[in-house]
Amino acid sequence: MRDVFDAFIIGAGQTPVGEHWGLGLRELGAAAIRAALDDAGVETVDAVFVGNMLGGCVNGQENLGALLADAADLLPAEAWKVEAACASGGAVVRAAALSVAAGIHDVAVAVAVEKMTDAVSDQITAGLATASDGDYEASHGLSFVALSALLMRRYMHETGASREDFAPFAVTAHRNAAANANAMFREPISAEDFSRSPLVAAPIGVLDAAPVCDGAAAVVICSRDFLKPAHRPVRIAGVAAATDTIGLAGRADLLTLGAAQRSAEKAFAASGFGPKDMDFFEAHDAFTIITALSLEACGFAPRGDALRRAAHGCFSPGGCVPLSTFGGLKARGHPVGASGAYQIVEAATQLRGEAGANQVPGARVALTQSIGGHGSIAVTHVLEA
Amino acid sequence: MDLPRYHRLTSPYYRLEGQRCQACDAVQFPPRGACGACRAQELERYRFSGRGTVFSFAEVAQAPKGFSAPYMVAMVELEEGVRVTAQLTDVEPDEVEIGMPVEMVTRRLQEKGPHGYLVYGYKFRPVMQWSQPS
Repeated sequence: MRDVFDAFIIGAGQTPVGEHWGLGLRELGAAAIRAALDDAGVETVDAVFVGNMLGGCVNGQENLGALLADAADLLPAEAWKVEAACASGGAVVRAAALSVAAGIHDVAVAVAVEKMTDAVSDQITAGLATASDGDYEASHGLSFVALSALLMRRYMHETGASREDFAPFAVTAHRNAAANANAMFREPISAEDFSRSPLVAAPIGVLDAAPVCDGAAAVVICSRDFLKPAHRPVRIAGVAAATDTIGLAGRADLLTLGAAQRSAEKAFAASGFGPKDMDFFEAHDAFTIITALSLEACGFAPRGDALRRAAHGCFSPGGCVPLSTFGGLKARGHPVGASGAYQIVEAATQLRGEAGANQVPGARVALTQSIGGHGSIAVTHVLEA
Repeated sequence: MDLPRYHRLTSPYYRLEGQRCQACDAVQFPPRGACGACRAQELERYRFSGRGTVFSFAEVAQAPKGFSAPYMVAMVELEEGVRVTAQLTDVEPDEVEIGMPVEMVTRRLQEKGPHGYLVYGYKFRPVMQWSQPS
């Protein structure tokens, strides 16, 4: 095994996140691919990797590799879909990076797309539940939100935290989204708004949860030999994926996201960096409880301590590890299978110093973590300018 | 839930039937190919008592297709030490707390399957408190 993992992000593109009534999977995906290719100054690629979760069960469209290679005029490039539930966006970038690092392809595009607003609410709720254990969770009426609520209730029980203690994650996300033209929710919220938000699955309220929406994000990834002087590459310094039990009931410690922890440890080890080196963290803040557990899994807080650190401003702009710098899943929006790729597009934008009003000053190294199925799968990237 | 899948699941759904490892005596639910503790493949059927305590719980306000909100769900820690997620029944939301003793009952899980049949399985309810007649 080679000890150098050479894969570079040379282009990034995204569509705004929101309710795109006039755009489907093919239009959204192709728009993100074209934007990433233009950014990289690349006409064509050797392969197209497509991250997506709900195309089959919600949109009635599989074979997204061919769909998007065709729509983006990249035929006859190799192309296929990568599915890892809500972590599909992180997994697809890893898949493209693996193919390049292995020397199979010189240049590939990883695009992640989700089109959720074609379906009504109970169809989306049922679609999202396919990320959990079908026989022993979803079939018993355990919705995706309900499973998160089980985590949150237990976390509150063990740490003594109140619902209100989770507010800083949502407040920071909305504040960070205000200057992001691609974000879905650009209006700030207060801790009082958070406390008063209606409950979806008690103790989880509307403002704990990321919204249902549409969007696509893409990155162009190439080998060291492919780099040109005009490129401003972001290096994938370390990337790893890991899994945990499909059902929450199977976890020895319910409040340790083992896959998130293991993938972070492996990504850090591969990169030579540690949590203290990270200039910011794009977290999988689909629910505020997942943000807390992800922070603890990645070593940014000891077990049970993430909320206390958040209350001290540790994860706010200017804090020790700024979080979800463009609004995260919570406020930029969470087109589920695409969110992991949005994280990487945003991190690359920061590391190139192009984040405008959202710029983390002097950002050089960043962590992104994409989590699927309540931590049954996680993909973690360490990126370096 | 499609009919063949439902029939495949009747042992665990109707009787809370899991497995006991013949090598190390560990019990597990749901059934799987090998012992989760020692990887041995010699497993026998094991019917859990159905008694346990609430480990965590939530109230569902937005139901997936096939279910009607509101209803309560919980992660239950069975007295054998194994956890299971299920709905709670015969209980008001404000009566539920972590540590509350519960027992398994068989109830209708889904309002109607895609072909009109009913899916039954385990739910949990508070352990009945019987007072002695004086």
